[in-house]
Amino acid sequence: MSPETQGRRTPGADLPDHPDRLWRPAEPKRAYDVVIVGGGGHGLATAYYLAKNHGITDVAVLERGWLAGGNMARNTTIIRSNYLWDESAGIYEHALKLWEGLEEDLGYPLLFSQRGVLNLAHSLQDVRDSVRRVNANRLNGVDAEWLTPEQVKEVCPIVDISPDVRYPVLGGTYQPRAGIAKHDYVAWGFAKAASDLGVDMIEHCEVTGLDVRDGRVTGVRTTRGAIAAGKVALAAAGHSSVVAGYAGVSLPVQSHPLQALVSELLEPVHPTVVMSNAVHVYVSQAHKGELVMGAGIDAANSYRQRGAFHIIERQMSAALELFPVFARAHVLRTWGGVVDVTPDASPIVGLTPVENLYVNCGWGTGGFKATPGVGWCYAHTVATGEPHPLNAPFSLDRFTTGKLVDEHGAAAVAH
Amino acid sequence: MLLIPCPWCGPRDEAEFHYGGQAHIAYPDNPAALSDEEWARYLFFRDNPKGPFAERWSHTAGCRRWFNVVRDTATNEIHAVYRVGEPRPVTA
Amino acid sequence: MSGQPYRREGATGKTLRFRFDGRDYEGLEGDTLASALLANGVRAVASSIKLGRPRGVYAAGCEEPNALVQIEEPFPEPMLTATTVELYDGLVATGLPGQGRLADRPDPARYDAVHAHCDVLVVGAGPAGIAAAGVAARAGARVILADERPAPGGSLLGTTETLDGRPGHEWAAAEVAALEALPEVRVLRRTSVIGHYDDNYVIAVERRTNHLGAAAPAHVARERVWRIRAKRVVLATGGHERFVAFAGNDLPGVMLAGAARTYVNHYRVLPGRRAVVFTTNDSAYAAALDLADAGVEIAAIADVRQAPGETWAARCAERGIELLTGHVVTAALGEGEVSSVRVAPRGDGQAREIPADLLLVSGGWTPVVHLFSQAGGTLRYDEGLGAFVPGEIRQAVEAAGFARGVTTLRGCLEDGAQAGRRALAAAGFAVPSETSVPAAEEEPAAAPAEHLWLVEAPGDDDYGAHFVDLQRDVTVADVLRAVGAGLSSVEHVKRYTTAGTAHDQGKTSGLLTSAVVAHALGVDVGELGTTTFRAPYTPVSFAALAGRDRGHLHDPIRVTAMHEWHVAHGARFENVGQWKRPWYYPRPGEDMEAAVLRECRAAREDVAAMDASTLGKIDVVGPDAAVFLDRLYTNMMSTLKVGSIRYGVMCRADGMVFDDGTVIRLADDRFLVTTTTGNAAAVLDWMEEWLQTEWPDLRVSCTSVTEQWATVALVGPRSREVLARLAPGLAVDNDSFPFMTWREAEVAGIPARICRISFSGELAYEINVSSWYGLALWEAVMASGEVTPYGTETMHVLRAEKGYPIVGQDTDGTVTPQDLGMEWIVSKKKADFIGKRSFARADTSRPDRKQLVGLLPEDPGVLLPEGAHLVETSSLPEPPVPTLGFVTSSYRSAALGRTFALALVSRGRERIGERLYAPVGAELVPVTVTSHVLYDPEGARRDG
Repeated sequence: MSPETQGRRTPGADLPDHPDRLWRPAEPKRAYDVVIVGGGGHGLATAYYLAKNHGITDVAVLERGWLAGGNMARNTTIIRSNYLWDESAGIYEHALKLWEGLEEDLGYPLLFSQRGVLNLAHSLQDVRDSVRRVNANRLNGVDAEWLTPEQVKEVCPIVDISPDVRYPVLGGTYQPRAGIAKHDYVAWGFAKAASDLGVDMIEHCEVTGLDVRDGRVTGVRTTRGAIAAGKVALAAAGHSSVVAGYAGVSLPVQSHPLQALVSELLEPVHPTVVMSNAVHVYVSQAHKGELVMGAGIDAANSYRQRGAFHIIERQMSAALELFPVFARAHVLRTWGGVVDVTPDASPIVGLTPVENLYVNCGWGTGGFKATPGVGWCYAHTVATGEPHPLNAPFSLDRFTTGKLVDEHGAAAVAH
Repeated sequence: MLLIPCPWCGPRDEAEFHYGGQAHIAYPDNPAALSDEEWARYLFFRDNPKGPFAERWSHTAGCRRWFNVVRDTATNEIHAVYRVGEPRPVTA
Repeated sequence: MSGQPYRREGATGKTLRFRFDGRDYEGLEGDTLASALLANGVRAVASSIKLGRPRGVYAAGCEEPNALVQIEEPFPEPMLTATTVELYDGLVATGLPGQGRLADRPDPARYDAVHAHCDVLVVGAGPAGIAAAGVAARAGARVILADERPAPGGSLLGTTETLDGRPGHEWAAAEVAALEALPEVRVLRRTSVIGHYDDNYVIAVERRTNHLGAAAPAHVARERVWRIRAKRVVLATGGHERFVAFAGNDLPGVMLAGAARTYVNHYRVLPGRRAVVFTTNDSAYAAALDLADAGVEIAAIADVRQAPGETWAARCAERGIELLTGHVVTAALGEGEVSSVRVAPRGDGQAREIPADLLLVSGGWTPVVHLFSQAGGTLRYDEGLGAFVPGEIRQAVEAAGFARGVTTLRGCLEDGAQAGRRALAAAGFAVPSETSVPAAEEEPAAAPAEHLWLVEAPGDDDYGAHFVDLQRDVTVADVLRAVGAGLSSVEHVKRYTTAGTAHDQGKTSGLLTSAVVAHALGVDVGELGTTTFRAPYTPVSFAALAGRDRGHLHDPIRVTAMHEWHVAHGARFENVGQWKRPWYYPRPGEDMEAAVLRECRAAREDVAAMDASTLGKIDVVGPDAAVFLDRLYTNMMSTLKVGSIRYGVMCRADGMVFDDGTVIRLADDRFLVTTTTGNAAAVLDWMEEWLQTEWPDLRVSCTSVTEQWATVALVGPRSREVLARLAPGLAVDNDSFPFMTWREAEVAGIPARICRISFSGELAYEINVSSWYGLALWEAVMASGEVTPYGTETMHVLRAEKGYPIVGQDTDGTVTPQDLGMEWIVSKKKADFIGKRSFARADTSRPDRKQLVGLLPEDPGVLLPEGAHLVETSSLPEPPVPTLGFVTSSYRSAALGRTFALALVSRGRERIGERLYAPVGAELVPVTVTSHVLYDPEGARRDG
């Protein structure tokens, strides 16, 4: 090692440590007031707000694997609230406001970094859709700006805005308050806080059945025995169809693999988050320096937590279109999760035809950012038996009335 | 990248195909006679099993024919391939 | 320059010059950067990411956890392992403190990809792999043999073992050369198999010119991705040695025993002068003896076992090597590198310090099961080996040799040959009655290994320098803290500590981490399991995966037959889907606004033409074609007369507008359907899906003819006059050729189908000719000099003035035909069509839906931004502010002499005449709601 390398910083030293105690591992009791099925971010946040906002602490979070080991451990941690429709802006902006105070609330370092999100436009129609979304965001109190290509370059100097790109950057929307957080820290922050309030975290406990009597749920069957429950709240993401099916409830969701990848650790080059729909990319540079990038979903239904490789190859060609500087970065690790996708790319949060059984699913590729917001609203729904006003539009019956919240077209990449 | 045995062209890479979701969902005989709930089921609700699933594929970059596949969504193993209009074969 | 002080006597080869961390060195051809650094006595290569500790070369292959380098010249490349960088003249590199650095200039190299198919893919050209490939290849199977190193041989490269009486690596080279001469065999060198997917789809990356440095030819792809589909895969991927957790096990000078053996034998480099060996198994003895034979003083061997292999003990005794059985290394000591090693008997006893500059460690060997696991295989813990080995798998894959736990050379050869036989049988080849493998020397009888993972420290607080993951600076203390925090899953501990997430993805440390967690939890490592193996096996460059799909090849570019003319005449282009469409044709000194106003004026007042070739065109043919179209379109198509044309809208089943266009009846059983430019493929797919999956009884076939026809839209009050001149044989008067009909005639001498339709509201004709004549037609139209060419922007303005929506601009997938003010196009007569049922749903029939209306800004010079929203009040309340709708289209109109817009507004039609406000920046722009048809509402002009 030369003298000049000795003086360099140690980039790994910056991260805060996790606390000495996390959650309290628990054995299942025979009965709980509320059983939450799924120990991912949404399940944990729901448990926390049930205890904190509603004083309901006789709660078990059941996780079939290790806590927060599903999509919570596999997402690309993008947080933003710049959604098109009023209904979406309502719940995502509520989440973003909670994110802004969450480290303090949970007493846990979440590495929440409001570095902004750019959504790029590559066609005249992209531009129209983007401006429409910026204006909708502003009316909804969501911070949003339309940037010219030159302004895009100021925010993120490594984006190629030259006309040589197959689909040149014609501008972008920018939400300064958006950003990223560290997913494990978030999950563990909620788990620890909920555990401290008395919630039981029960790992390696797979739900294998739901007991329904006279149209009402009374408990769950698990690989660790039957557990009686006053209320059951589903938060099983990609496995929602399977679990809801135990109570005879069908959901308009389909499960697909979604992949993501990271590079090696790199010196800082990318100060924000960039998303593009037309040239399908979403990328940020995480705290230690790795590029974190999401790919598209596999077309076919699958519960394999693994996608097809051609999706990754396409992702790389898209990434290099916009970021030629990434050419010699290396893919270090790819992985997949199973996401539950709805017909209108919006979630389902609310009541089910079975009394005391609640559903939260259909977040598709974008559930992480909603974690505190949906936890808050879903806890309200479970505690009161009525949807919170912010999740009321996301009812199951919207598919019957036709009042969809269609975020496909205009919300840029739905991640 | 699945290797999908097109009934007309033989085994081809998944990238040549377009996915069509659940098979054996017939367009209702008389939509006007359906309740909103029944119509919503047709429009939006599809099975999503973890296990064998009868689904539709179209060989868009080949013969452009639609056909059906029974594939296990837990393992991605293809158990059967059959033509549109044929009944779902019994698979293990 | 001191001339490679650690190079072995007699090493030969071309001298190469390189620079590392700012100093110049020499190495030999065949070196890696790591071996060249060792030859020059460079011990500390990098510094650790968190603690900033110096780190040296630890391994000799891709599993290297420490020696991470940045390539500076010939082109910057971040983070490579020095052990896999082949040395070349002019290499400039630096050691990394944890983060690599990207180049600040574009990568000039090329990258590509190849598809390959084979009967048998063999991964790894070590003894087992070569044996498997040999059996399969000689029986005539198509075989691909891939290996990550420049030369075949695998483990044979690092040893002094012989086969058939000659050095093992020579046998490997000769055998692979012989196989390569067979016609159906492909040997891929420098090729890492990085991913194993469903149905034996295997991804490999070949490094083709990296090792040539600046001499790499520019026309050869630097890296090539191999997409291999194999009937059968044999994974002969060998193993990685692992280390043991003890204090200071990260100091430069600590090295895996097998790696040291490779440096001595293969690279002809001495990794030190005086070594202590620390082992849990027999394998390190061969390393120790090879080093001793090469002149390294072996100060002592500390073996954790009471009873090492007798033959090995005897050989040590012969050479006077001190053998300390039942001993462990409790610490590697030194300032910045190893200067002594503290050894102690296990349990109680006096520790002693042995001066040494090298500490060889072997904690046993772990089979490389990454690809087997990726392919969906299960793993099981093998007690004897102290590692996970392949279990069950559904795919046609098997592991062979050490990858499945076979430990002897002879065993690996035999196992490979058997795997080759099974692969042959599975791929449908005749299996030869016998297969022979080369003769290996007798190996000493193996004594069982003892699986010691961790050298216990005096107290729980003394584990701060017992590293389990060198690259992430994770120590036993960190693992204990994670377990103490309540974590019991390896995945959680990995995330708490970051162990296993670094560049090496835990190749040497993953199992050790699991074992230390198991130790802390008091459970068995086999029961605890390991973390998931994920692709890629080794890091792969973004550029390799992007391949050639970049820039203009990122997505195909479609152009019309007239494209050259547009380019030559200065058109500005718009991307519409994959098409390049002329957007407008600025004349010198004109900006877009001026050009578009001029083009619009020409179309409204004179005559203008547009290249409309990109519109989707589908031939719908068959006895049931009319019935079929009745089901797809909201309006009736079966009543259309031959010779006539009708505009139609199609919806998805949810009732939302999907596409629109014209339908031309060519014959009773023949229609030509046009679609929007962007939706052409989707509409054809839609038709085929319904025909094949729902209505196979309908006798209809659909063919895309978009590319077969070129279309010129001739527009304006003088269009009839121009057409008459171009088509003297055609009766163009209104009675002979009325609106919404088509005729066949020669136009400019070219056979043409002329449709009298209008998307501008003016008298207009669309002239369709074979696309071969497209340019000729366009040039003929332009030849008179009277016709103004116009682009998509003018087309948009003209149609907006008439209130014609553009699907995708004035609709967004949530808009019904009724919302667009097109109740007239929704048939009441038809019993059903796609989407009809959805119109009766509660939300779709809601009265406050957004409806398409026109907007006139009160200041006629103010152009509303497309995407602006509309509110009811002249000042904005606190958010959230209820929005009434938004502007979908907005233009300056030459015909209206002012600006105008189209918008989707809640209860819009009821609001006609009302004033609304559009927040634009800080202002609220007042607008008046009007009908969406602003120009010639009676439709007099199109009739000319």
